[in-house]
Amino acid sequence: MKGRVLVVDDDAALAEMLGIVLRGEGFEPTFVSDGDKALDVFRDTRPDLVLLDLMLPGTDGIDVCRQIRTESGIPIVMLTAKTDTVDVVLGLESGADDYLVKPFKSKELVARIRARLRRTDEPAPEMLQIGDISIDVAGHSVKRDGEALNLTPLEFDLLVALARKPRQVFTREVLLEQVWGYRHAADTRLVNVHVQRLRAKIEKDPERPEIVVTVRGVGYKAGPA
Amino acid sequence: MPAPSSAADTQKGRSEPGAGGAARRRSAPPRRQRQGQRKGWYKVVRQSRPVKLVGRRLPRRAKRILRAARKWQRERAEELRCRWRRSLQLRVVTTTLALSALVIAVLGFFLTQQIADGLLLNKERSATAQVSQGLTVAESSPLLNRAPSAPAIADSFLYPTAQELQNASGNNGSYDVVIEVNQNRVTSPVYTGGVVDGADPTKSIPFALTASVQAEQNSGGASKMFYAPTMIVSTLGRASQPGLAVAVPLGNYYQLYFLFPMRQEQQTLQLVQRTLAGAGLALIVLLAVIASLVTRWVVIPVRHAAQAAQRLTAGRLEERMRVRGADDLAALATSFNDMAASLQDKLRELEELSKLQRQFVSDVSHELRTPLTTIKMAAEVLLEAKDGFDASSARSAELLQGQLERFQELLEDLLEISRHDANAATLDADSVDICDLARRAADDAQQLAERRGGRIEFRLPAEPCLADADRRRVERILRNLLVNAVEHGEGNDVVVTVAGDRDAVAVAVRDHGVGLKPGQDQLVFDRFWRADPARARTTGGTGLGLAIALEDAQLHGGWLQAWGVPGKGSVFRLTIPRVAGQKLAGSPLPLVPDDTDMIPSLGDVVSGGLVIGATAPAPGAETGPLDHAGPVGGTGVGTRG
Repeated sequence: MKGRVLVVDDDAALAEMLGIVLRGEGFEPTFVSDGDKALDVFRDTRPDLVLLDLMLPGTDGIDVCRQIRTESGIPIVMLTAKTDTVDVVLGLESGADDYLVKPFKSKELVARIRARLRRTDEPAPEMLQIGDISIDVAGHSVKRDGEALNLTPLEFDLLVALARKPRQVFTREVLLEQVWGYRHAADTRLVNVHVQRLRAKIEKDPERPEIVVTVRGVGYKAGPA
Repeated sequence: MPAPSSAADTQKGRSEPGAGGAARRRSAPPRRQRQGQRKGWYKVVRQSRPVKLVGRRLPRRAKRILRAARKWQRERAEELRCRWRRSLQLRVVTTTLALSALVIAVLGFFLTQQIADGLLLNKERSATAQVSQGLTVAESSPLLNRAPSAPAIADSFLYPTAQELQNASGNNGSYDVVIEVNQNRVTSPVYTGGVVDGADPTKSIPFALTASVQAEQNSGGASKMFYAPTMIVSTLGRASQPGLAVAVPLGNYYQLYFLFPMRQEQQTLQLVQRTLAGAGLALIVLLAVIASLVTRWVVIPVRHAAQAAQRLTAGRLEERMRVRGADDLAALATSFNDMAASLQDKLRELEELSKLQRQFVSDVSHELRTPLTTIKMAAEVLLEAKDGFDASSARSAELLQGQLERFQELLEDLLEISRHDANAATLDADSVDICDLARRAADDAQQLAERRGGRIEFRLPAEPCLADADRRRVERILRNLLVNAVEHGEGNDVVVTVAGDRDAVAVAVRDHGVGLKPGQDQLVFDRFWRADPARARTTGGTGLGLAIALEDAQLHGGWLQAWGVPGKGSVFRLTIPRVAGQKLAGSPLPLVPDDTDMIPSLGDVVSGGLVIGATAPAPGAETGPLDHAGPVGGTGVGTRG
């Protein structure tokens, strides 16, 4: 398993502690404490995953996240001290795959990092079709009328999970387990934000979704209502 | 003033033949009946048909018209009443109109009376002078004391004297002279034409006047004048006119009468009356207009003030009134503006304070969380390595870990409650199934309950109970209630009931534990309050759980209420509206459990209850029969801040 983790955090003690924990779990951490330098270090080290603190001196975590997203789809896990929905949603909308609210347990951190890195296993060749969207699971590509749509790995996984069982309704909890790999229910806001991000990319009109449909009070399903 | 009687006379004259005709008609049928009864009956039957037809049709139409008229009248009356209630201006103008009309009518009446009296008095005065003068002339006649034994003797005195007196009246004559001879001597009185052409002396001179002057003459009195208002009746068929009759005894055999026409005085009086009526009417209209204008001046700024206050209430804090001049209304506008400015300042201050507090909470949150994360991770590393430590170091690592968890929980709760205090808590509403949330919230409590030997029993409806709610907050409320119930349930089963109606969904958590003492029902929602300080704190908890739960429930526009009886357990009920922000009218679940074996054997004392919520619902409807007596019971509590 690849295990290069870039830790972007300005708190020296926390960064060091993270290093101790990550090394103990067999990862290779690199550190950067300044938001302005984060992108350069990211380009130099090509990590497999980024741990990103939301509050940073210089460029803040959200901007760093956006910058990384413009050039890479690698997993980004945000560390935040803010629990308000606005902050969480803002972080997720900037492109983070997951977030952890401080203070977190080292076990939880490691579990989430592993969950994000796990999906490197080679999938079996499989073609899926939902509406006018065709998905090549093995080739990791999504096309509408031959035109490729650019999804992050997480968004891709979310779409595949829904598309494999069209018309079946998935609760947010089930999606958290299948896509994020969390057995114990984390925050369902994760699902909401990522469904919206996915819709923005694949739906013709994200206001009236036709591919990923909301089932009120239950969750989401793929395909027409 | 003497009233003209001619109109009454003619009316009477006309009505008499009519009455006679009616009498004749009434007497007619018997005669006809006698002539031929059969024919009569036939006629009656034939005639009655159209009458009946009309009679049947007419009442219906009349009734319809009447009904419509009555409806119209009712509507107008209602409209008027409504306008009367709503418009100050209308009330003031109407009252002014009515009062001024009354005052002017009374004033006009007295004024006319005074003027009439004055005119009459004046006439009497001038009449007295003229009559005395005439009397002197008449008394100077040598024929005066000659007994009028024959009409010729009388005439020889009457004609020249009357002529002379009349001539003294002048060409345009201001009076008529009549000299009468005592009735028993000469039958016809004498009259000389004067102002009123062809005045009829017998009709124009009142009998009462003649009687009194004759009585005076017979008693031997002389030169005493008698006055009487009269109508001077014309023999030529002209309209009668009011006048003053003055009588004085003339010698032993004659009476001298002067008839003063009062046409001029009457005209004067009529003119005055007309003028008064016109002026009064104009005055009333003027007063109404003035009242209308004045009220308008007052009412319009008041209306403006009301509108401005409404806009201010609606949240437009920059709303101000226009200040013009320096009068009372300007003072009203100024004080209104001052009030608005002060309100705006206070609100701004509060907003600023709230913003500061929010910022502070956010800062504290960040500043505390980052080092806490490091400490926590360090403690975990230490705990994992504790096998290599000596006994005291290993135990220290365990304690460090345990207390860190507690510290973290407390921090979370403190931050949450200060978020509520700063009004920074936001509702992340979504359509959720409350049954589902209840089941999930029970996960944590289930393990605790099993350790205590009890179970958590669910009574859920078959269909999902959907409501617009913040999943995280509702789940936290329910988890709190469940853990609380298990913790205080003394190992007995905990029952979770979920129900929903059209407007709201409710979850009631029932435990059969220690219950709540009277008064404690309110305290459970207080911060850091513990039922029994001496009790071992086995499960920890921050003491903020229920306080946060109450805040969370109120954020949904819902209720969180508690009921309890010592030794008989307690019920905590959460009610939230189906649509976020809608006002709750009731709960689908009763707060007081209906398992009646819970009722203590205190006779008719039934139960106690407590109602705590964002809005206090009707305690009677919510808590069932409430009789506060004995050791049982709680109190209704109103809104909590």
